Amino acid sequence: MREIKLTLPVSEEQVRALNVGDMVLLSGVLYTGRDAVHKHLYEGKSIPVDIRGSAIYHCGPVVVKTESGEWSVRAAGPTTSTREEPYQATVIEKFGIRAVIGKGGMGAKTLKACKDFGCVYLHAVGGAAQVLAETVQKVRGVSMLEEFGSPEAIWELEVKDFPALVTIDAHGNSLHADVAASSEQKLNEVLGTKK
Amino acid sequence: MATNPKGPMKTPPAVPATHQTLFETLLELIRMTSTNLPPDVRKSVVDGLEKEKAGSAGEYAMKVIQRNIDIACGVSQPLCQDTGSILFFVKTPVGYDQISFAEVAEAAVAKATELGYLRQNSVDSITGQNSGNNLGPGTPTIYFEQHRSEDLDIRLALKGGGCENVGAQYSLPDSRLGAGRDLEGVRKVVLDAVYQAQGKGCGPGILGVVIGGDRSTGFSYSKKLFLRPLDDENPDGRLAELEKRIMQEANSLGIGPMGFGGNTTLLGVKIAALNRLPASFYVSVSYMCWAFRRQGVKAAANGALKEWIYK
Ligand code: SF4
Repeated sequence: MREIKLTLPVSEEQVRALNVGDMVLLSGVLYTGRDAVHKHLYEGKSIPVDIRGSAIYHCGPVVVKTESGEWSVRAAGPTTSTREEPYQATVIEKFGIRAVIGKGGMGAKTLKACKDFGCVYLHAVGGAAQVLAETVQKVRGVSMLEEFGSPEAIWELEVKDFPALVTIDAHGNSLHADVAASSEQKLNEVLGTKK
Repeated sequence: MATNPKGPMKTPPAVPATHQTLFETLLELIRMTSTNLPPDVRKSVVDGLEKEKAGSAGEYAMKVIQRNIDIACGVSQPLCQDTGSILFFVKTPVGYDQISFAEVAEAAVAKATELGYLRQNSVDSITGQNSGNNLGPGTPTIYFEQHRSEDLDIRLALKGGGCENVGAQYSLPDSRLGAGRDLEGVRKVVLDAVYQAQGKGCGPGILGVVIGGDRSTGFSYSKKLFLRPLDDENPDGRLAELEKRIMQEANSLGIGPMGFGGNTTLLGVKIAALNRLPASFYVSVSYMCWAFRRQGVKAAANGALKEWIYK
């Protein structure tokens, strides 16, 4: 397994150099976005931040305001990505994001968009809310907080060495498809059924 | 933390002075369950990590999981931000006032939500509005039982949505899988459930499997199986053997932690059988994620904490 450090925003060339199975440590600024944000972008509406070249993170973080009035991230694990499958390809194409971060993998449309437009899917470890919150150095800002509420808002997070695994690359490969196929074959062997 | 859209908040019941001790005990039980995994689960995570190949994606996922367990416990913050369905399993002395207990439990859940040990996780299924304090129709869930003891036995499991979504119920015979109405058929459908889940339930997972019962008793009893210590032995030899076999075969599928590939697909399998109607044969499979949050206390009838159950 290769370990690769990347600083956001990234170029198309950097993204195309990644392969399924690479472990990435992300630094720089990324943006959270869940269902409400994806639907909003898909409908062609604008947002007050420029996410081009950066990453969108499927995450509804737990953020609190400290006594000094600053935002502090208390938990920041990934949420299930497949809910964004209907929107993701369009968001990749229209907004030029270079990485989608989440858990559970995504489907054929996103796989194709990653290949066509130069993007990768990075799988964070599900449930690892504390490890991932620790990588957040600073909350740079938040948009759409009033409209969408805290978990659905766009949080602009400055991270250092945020760990994730490339499970869909920009060459049409998907670790999810590979594991599904190999485990199906194994299952058929174990059950004594032929395919 | 704000959440949107906000629904009408159910006012938590007031806690009378007589129940203050029980309230404190329940609040502490919720905090411990949400932030600190019990020793049997920690041990199985360590065992899982040792089985992964050095430098593999599976090993990498298990290392992150292990570090997350340590940090959460150190800072007393939720292990995972999805603090899940709140499931209480309570045994009370004969004649004990369960109605008051339920009220105090609701008050403790609302307080724990305010303190951030629980996420705002109770949504009106028709309007989509979040109640904001985890109270509402059906939440939290409390299963009561009486027992012939002077003490309270209070256990809590927090079960996240990702893993709940990959649970499955099969009606045997199942022609797609060639699964008949016998233990061999049960084995086939359970392995199918593991295959279907892939990494989506935040594996490595723990299965609660009930053979028989009806559609509702099968699923609710399957959750109760999560109260068994991970390293116990099923007293029914036939089921003990089936548990071992499924565990070994599921781990040979190569799905691995998070579905990244690897040797640790499951951390445990617990199986029970309930009687069924002659006409039906259900197999109900509940999947619990690696963030296997369950704890319990023995308490005096006034609620004073006597001891932790999983230690
Ligand atoms: S399935 Fe479990 S570990 Fe995964 S996000 Fe849900 S609660 Fe957390």
